[in-house]
Amino acid sequence: MSKEWPIWEVFIRSKNGLDHRHVGSLHATDSTMALENARDVYTRRQEGVSIWVVESINIAASNPDNSDALFDPAIDKAYRHPTFYKMPKEVKHI
Amino acid sequence: MKDIEMDQLFQDRIDRGEVIEPRDWMPEKYRKTHIRQISQHAHSEIVGMLPEGNWITRAPTLRRKVALLAKVQDEAGHGLYLYSAAETLGISRDELFHQLHTGKAKYSSIFNYPTLSWADMGAIGWLVDGAAIINQVMLTRTSYGPYARAMVKICKEESFHQRQGFEIMMILCNGTEVQKQMAQDAFNRWWWPSLMMFGPPDAESTHTEQSMKWKIKLKTNDELRQQMVDITVEQAKVLGLTVPDPDLKWNEERGHYDFGKIDWDEFWQVVKGYGPCNKERINARNKAWDEGAWVREAAIVYADKQAAAKDLSIAV
Repeated sequence: MSKEWPIWEVFIRSKNGLDHRHVGSLHATDSTMALENARDVYTRRQEGVSIWVVESINIAASNPDNSDALFDPAIDKAYRHPTFYKMPKEVKHI
Repeated sequence: MKDIEMDQLFQDRIDRGEVIEPRDWMPEKYRKTHIRQISQHAHSEIVGMLPEGNWITRAPTLRRKVALLAKVQDEAGHGLYLYSAAETLGISRDELFHQLHTGKAKYSSIFNYPTLSWADMGAIGWLVDGAAIINQVMLTRTSYGPYARAMVKICKEESFHQRQGFEIMMILCNGTEVQKQMAQDAFNRWWWPSLMMFGPPDAESTHTEQSMKWKIKLKTNDELRQQMVDITVEQAKVLGLTVPDPDLKWNEERGHYDFGKIDWDEFWQVVKGYGPCNKERINARNKAWDEGAWVREAAIVYADKQAAAKDLSIAV
């Protein structure tokens, strides 16, 4: 069996003003082919105005097993949200 | 932690309605079941292009031709979304193809029936895609994230497939007597295989119970099949076609149509490889794979050469 083409992750901006969003992945030999394939596979109905492709091996991802250590410290920090601070009713525009 | 505790924690997550993502811990059987189901689904999309591809060059008008081309192109796309989803579970694309080409993996048996007339394009869109949509709408809420997301995309695109099929049937049914007969003949041939698409009856379905527990499936085969019958019988009335089932009868008490016995022997024959087109379909896929080998290899060599040339120019 010959070598398999690498996997690329595809991100599409649906219209200007919005972020690129991950839509899926595909196989391609290089970035040019990845962009061409992304156009055929993920934008057959005007789903986007811009495409990013990134070879999957270049993405570093956090480990779900470490989620508690990474994300729990934010749980008890209500003081980072505006609703934590009591404002008198008569104070406007704040 | 012991496996049994991990299994319970996993089940708790599913019961809470959490979605499972690729890097999350999952029982090996959950992974394997998903690889089997998602790849079977992907293969069905890819093999499903063959019976319809057969009619692209003979579509009766340009309007029909662009619609059929777009439908078949969507199916290629849907196959690709699903292969990608399967790959997130740690199986390679080449291995997935290998399983299809060697007959180790299954695809929907419906595609082992031949497309004999243009009316079959109508019947397939209306019935086969109709059945697929019923199944796929359920799967947009399945517990595995990448599969559910692929399903959302597919469902958005698939509705046109069914409508273009129904429209083909409608035009034929409002045409000459011969055209109407053609539509009825296609309906007769595709009706029962479409009902078989939902799989064996619940009592004989080996995977249903575990799949429901893991929310891989949210409704049983028989529930989905009943839904298909109830919806489609009403649509057939609009077309003026006769459902090829003498036992079909509205059941006031159940609030559903009762329907005749499905020939499960035929179903298992086709699953086991003895349908009218099993060999032809697998041969066509193998031929495409083998004849594309030089393209796959050349593309890799070309990309490597381009990268090397770029490195060289940077070095200089």
